[in-house]
Amino acid sequence: MSHVANSKGRGGFIAGFLILPLALYLTFVIWPYIQTFGYSFTNWTGQSPTFDFVGLDNYSALMKDEVFGGALLHNLLLLVFVPTVTILISLFFAFMLNAGGRSGAGGVQGVAGSALYKVIYFFPQVLSLAILAVLFGAVYRSDEGGLLNGFLTKLGLVDPAHPIEWLNEPNFVLWCLLLVVVWHGVGFYLVLFSAAMQSVPKDIYEAALLDGAGRAQTFFKVTLPLLWDSVQTSAVYLGIAAMDMFVLVSTMTSGQFGGGPDHHSEVMATVLMRNFLYFGQAGYACAMGVVMLALTLILSAITLRATRREHVEF
Amino acid sequence: MTTVIKAPGEAAAEKRSAATGQPRGKSKSGSDGMVLNVFSHGFLAVWGIMIVLPLIWLVLGSFKTDVQIGSSALSWPSNWHFDAFGRAWDKGIGDYFANTLIVMVFSVPLTMLLGSMAAYVLARYPFAGNRPIYYFFVSGAMFPVFLALVPLFFMVKRLDMLNSYQGLILVYVAYSMPFTVFFMHSFFRTLPTAVHEAAVIDGASHTRIFFQVMLPMAKPGLISVGIFNVLGQWNQYILPSVLMQPQTGSDPERYMLTQGLIQLQYQMGYETDLPVLFAGVTIAMIPMLVVYLSFQRQIQAGLTSATLK
Repeated sequence: MSHVANSKGRGGFIAGFLILPLALYLTFVIWPYIQTFGYSFTNWTGQSPTFDFVGLDNYSALMKDEVFGGALLHNLLLLVFVPTVTILISLFFAFMLNAGGRSGAGGVQGVAGSALYKVIYFFPQVLSLAILAVLFGAVYRSDEGGLLNGFLTKLGLVDPAHPIEWLNEPNFVLWCLLLVVVWHGVGFYLVLFSAAMQSVPKDIYEAALLDGAGRAQTFFKVTLPLLWDSVQTSAVYLGIAAMDMFVLVSTMTSGQFGGGPDHHSEVMATVLMRNFLYFGQAGYACAMGVVMLALTLILSAITLRATRREHVEF
Repeated sequence: MTTVIKAPGEAAAEKRSAATGQPRGKSKSGSDGMVLNVFSHGFLAVWGIMIVLPLIWLVLGSFKTDVQIGSSALSWPSNWHFDAFGRAWDKGIGDYFANTLIVMVFSVPLTMLLGSMAAYVLARYPFAGNRPIYYFFVSGAMFPVFLALVPLFFMVKRLDMLNSYQGLILVYVAYSMPFTVFFMHSFFRTLPTAVHEAAVIDGASHTRIFFQVMLPMAKPGLISVGIFNVLGQWNQYILPSVLMQPQTGSDPERYMLTQGLIQLQYQMGYETDLPVLFAGVTIAMIPMLVVYLSFQRQIQAGLTSATLK
């Protein structure tokens, strides 16, 4: 690299290649990020050009804001369940695909047609969340026209005269949304884990089998430790998705920017948007943004620390 | 693949025990595998149906009447006309489609170009401030977009670019930067130095080396990141829903497809014409299905490696 590093015109070239990307990134990403901290200490409405510095008023108001508190709680609930459920199901299916096959002459092998399964499972991943919102809005319809109610009526589990109002039932709404996230995510994480499983050399499995390990043992003692890196990465990604949830909540549930019924599906992002675009409280919304950032960072740190293991080389 | 060679006696014993239904000893794994195989296929098929069924059901809905959709979920469509698709197109799906395409025709290539340029310089040219700038770029991926939303709106407003294509293009490029730089940086680092040095000796300029030597060599990486950016920007909802709202009554609607679908959902709720909504979603799904089926191998590999990098 020394040749390259010292040849002429180097400085100008470096500057020339960096200036545009840096300028764009600074203007639209970094500067707004920084400004948010500043605005979060003001009573800015967003409409007026003037505003006052109010110190920590927005933050102390946030502590008392019951809607935001409830939203935070919902985010934390999702944060526990979204990664756990998605990772467990995808690990299960990934193991089925790669080691659940007829074991013919002793070696572990995948089920027939595993490629087809992967193609089908992965498809939701390329659909936008907006499509998902419309699709599941229809599936969860509160009359017999909804797919879910239609099925349950057919099975005699739901009285056709009183179908379940999935998204208007305070106790159901959050779990209904969780199901959508899981439905959407499993295929992707399955493919991810599956790729990681395939990169594990076959002889490790064969050695384990020769030593008399059963499939369950092989999974917990061999596969899982070798996959730990991917599981950890997935937990962080799914955790970040669970902190967001804006699209699904704002489009599938009732209320301005969603959150209904009666704030039972509220998440931080929807409260933020409502305060910003509907109540005209830009400064207050910025304080929420800062809280979301703090939580995201804390959670990533916790996940990375809690799931840290010895790295296995192979 | 390895083949396991068995002693003839052992294989015979296995057959015998399978026939009598009394597995013992080594042959146990064989019948176990059989049970497991049925068990796996059972679970896998159920999940497969759970993925496919709602999608097919939705598509069939665009051939139903509104009354039929509301009254029974499991009914078969009564009219097989495509008129709901025509109405969906007239209601704006065509325009939303065009808007998304216009933005992405510029934003994706620009993302790839600017992202690779920055990543290349940061990966292969040691200079003072290299590391800080790299971390500066990459750190953006850790922050939730909601943190920036309020000031971003006013920044774009001040530039007079609200509800404009160029505004959204620039914002898309900027927000795709952290990931693109991160991924391409690790890619450029793996490219051999020897080729680079040979080009320098041949008298090629830095710029020329980048465009004619390094960029073509980085093609596999570019494809992975490209897929990621195409899917990400195509499916983006939050940024356009804040930045692409008509500012006055006379402004044209420049909704992106995702926004447009949600708009259509509200509208059809009032007008009670759900087949139009379902047809709209079907239209929006078709290109993704076609792209996905044609490139599914690359898409799966691309997204997987992109996440694990």
